[in-house]
Amino acid sequence: MDLRDGPEEAAFRATLRTWLEANVPSGLRGFRGWSGPAALALGRDWSKRLAEAGYAGLTWPKEYGGAGRPWRYQAVYLEELARAEAPQHLGVIGLGMAGPTIIAHGRPDQKARYLAKILSAEEIWCQGFSEPGSGSDLASVRTRVDLVGDRFVVNGQKVWSSYAHVADRCILLGRSTTASEKHEGLTYLIVDMKSPGVEVRPLRQITGEAEFNEIFFTDVAVPKENLLGEVGGGWRVAMTTLSHERGTFGFALAGALDVAVRKLVALARERAVTDALVRDRVAREWIDLQALRYTNYRALARLERTGVPGPEGSVAKLRWSEANQRLTKLAIEIIGREAQVADGDGAPAYWRYQQLRSRGNTIEAGTSEILRNIIAERVLGLPRSR
Amino acid sequence: MDFSFSPEQDQLRAQARSFLEKRYPLARLAEIATSEDGWDRASWPELARLGWTGASIPEAQGGAGLSFVEEAIVFEELGRALYSGPYFSTVALALPALACAPDLLAQVASGALTATFASGTAMEARRAGDRWLLRGETDLVPDAGWVDALVVQARGPDGIGLYVAKRHDARPHVKVLDTVDATRRLARVTFEDDDARLLAAPPAAAKIIAATRRRALAALALEAVGVASQALALGVEHAKSREQFGRPIGAYQAVSHKLADTYVETELARSLAYWAAWCIAEDDGQAELAASAAKMYAAEAAVAACERAIQVHGGMGFTWDHPLHRYYKRALWIESFDRSGAAHRADIAQVLLDG
Repeated sequence: MDLRDGPEEAAFRATLRTWLEANVPSGLRGFRGWSGPAALALGRDWSKRLAEAGYAGLTWPKEYGGAGRPWRYQAVYLEELARAEAPQHLGVIGLGMAGPTIIAHGRPDQKARYLAKILSAEEIWCQGFSEPGSGSDLASVRTRVDLVGDRFVVNGQKVWSSYAHVADRCILLGRSTTASEKHEGLTYLIVDMKSPGVEVRPLRQITGEAEFNEIFFTDVAVPKENLLGEVGGGWRVAMTTLSHERGTFGFALAGALDVAVRKLVALARERAVTDALVRDRVAREWIDLQALRYTNYRALARLERTGVPGPEGSVAKLRWSEANQRLTKLAIEIIGREAQVADGDGAPAYWRYQQLRSRGNTIEAGTSEILRNIIAERVLGLPRSR
Repeated sequence: MDFSFSPEQDQLRAQARSFLEKRYPLARLAEIATSEDGWDRASWPELARLGWTGASIPEAQGGAGLSFVEEAIVFEELGRALYSGPYFSTVALALPALACAPDLLAQVASGALTATFASGTAMEARRAGDRWLLRGETDLVPDAGWVDALVVQARGPDGIGLYVAKRHDARPHVKVLDTVDATRRLARVTFEDDDARLLAAPPAAAKIIAATRRRALAALALEAVGVASQALALGVEHAKSREQFGRPIGAYQAVSHKLADTYVETELARSLAYWAAWCIAEDDGQAELAASAAKMYAAEAAVAACERAIQVHGGMGFTWDHPLHRYYKRALWIESFDRSGAAHRADIAQVLLDG
């Protein structure tokens, strides 16, 4: 047990910190989502720079162009990125989900064709899993994937797809048979987002911005070689995608929460808060952050030892989302009525945005209710609730 | 960065758990708690033989020369088993002061000496030739009824010092109080010019007192994690086996989500407690903050874990015969120690907002 950075991690952290200070474009500092075209143009360039500096695919095997580093470097990377309030690589879906899935299930020609361009940010990926009728119950997806001659034909609708408005490719989970076994009939495809019949409609959020989208597929032809795994074997492939999402996810969350807690503390100091009840709540949020941070370190140790993410990922997501909502409310309380005014870009604007944006936190990437089910059933071994 | 235990530390945990499960199964809790002393005296030589009493004592004094991280593992497992002997009092509370006296340290390592710590401000020490005499009364001293020695914080001619009085020689008046948690009883200790030995004079004593507080808070955080884990395990077991309306009650989300929350809070408390343990072992600058945060958080988590487990057990959880109330009472004991959760948070807020 040693909670300090080892010499190599410390050097990596110091180099990265200096690099971030010099390289984060001013237009992306204090980043809050890829919604406008200006941010997107900057994002492509930013992602290329990250890749050129060697910060894309830190944990990917060297044979696929990654840095082949242990997970702890990805953790340091996420901590430092959050600390600098810099956005992640625009291709997080490719780096964290599509890429590892292709490495695990792809054929050599698929690896050669896709992996390098994920790292370099030449191709941005999105995820076509959720549907209007299939949110938490993913295995009930209804988008059709039919083999017609030498190609698949895709028909259906996906929703909540981040990055779809900029994506070049999509990992898509659809249904190939009408068999009643939900998990059996699923098929996993790589879809070119420029194909005829693909239509992306941005979804405007309660913040007024649009970070995610609906995707409509109408008779979209997908070459047979874009199949990942087997026809009807898509569920197993999808599970690889989702487990990678959980790997070091907690570090990005704790990093973001660290920034929010520091802003909360700065706000409380600036306004010289004397109310004992408010001070008590600020202290609670700081303690919760430490609890989350050290839980991540325990998860990291397990991940490095076993290669398999533990249940801490669900714990981190659940607690982060609730903490972020709570501390945002607290900041709004400290600010008072001023928080109602919509212009300016100081502390009130940050917290006003967070107040609305944080409502999504307990819904996106697994609702709190589903996460509690996962903990109850998979960790505690309680009987299924359905 | 490596937040994991070594294979030797894992082995220590496995040894502790299997020893305690065999020696102190849940079925024995009531018998021990209601016995006259409230603990099994035969256990102490065994704990010494296992190397637990001397875990962090230097090898020169017969200890294992390990760190607080090893003691932390033992504290967590003792909490899980609701062990009722004076391990917390001796190893968390008395050891830092006893470190000034190598002969006494050796007796702790060998199992010949148990001790506790009497804090408070009402005790006075005066010199009488080459001896020191203690006078005054102090309340709520853990395990004072049965330990061999009392480390006493007392005001002497030059300020606050630390003294040790052997029960056998000094014969202070000890009144064991009727406390809620029968597995760790509190006592009122009265000295009337009783003999004591000076362990640390001011200003060194103040440092030792601060270190003692940090150790005590971290140790209780770890115990609380053990208590919470056991309460959760009991709740889960019951929710799996008890059936109503044709299904195990754990299939209902109103029940399972409560247990999921208990799991989450217990894991977060565990992370804070291990962090605090590491900080103390390494004498890290954040040790005080970490110990305070961990104790506050883990005590709340343990109380909530027991309360939820009682609820999940329904009427059974409310009965005297079920072991849950004993865990609940220990959790409440832990929560009451030192300062309230709100006071800990006020301290932390001061560091964050006024520093």
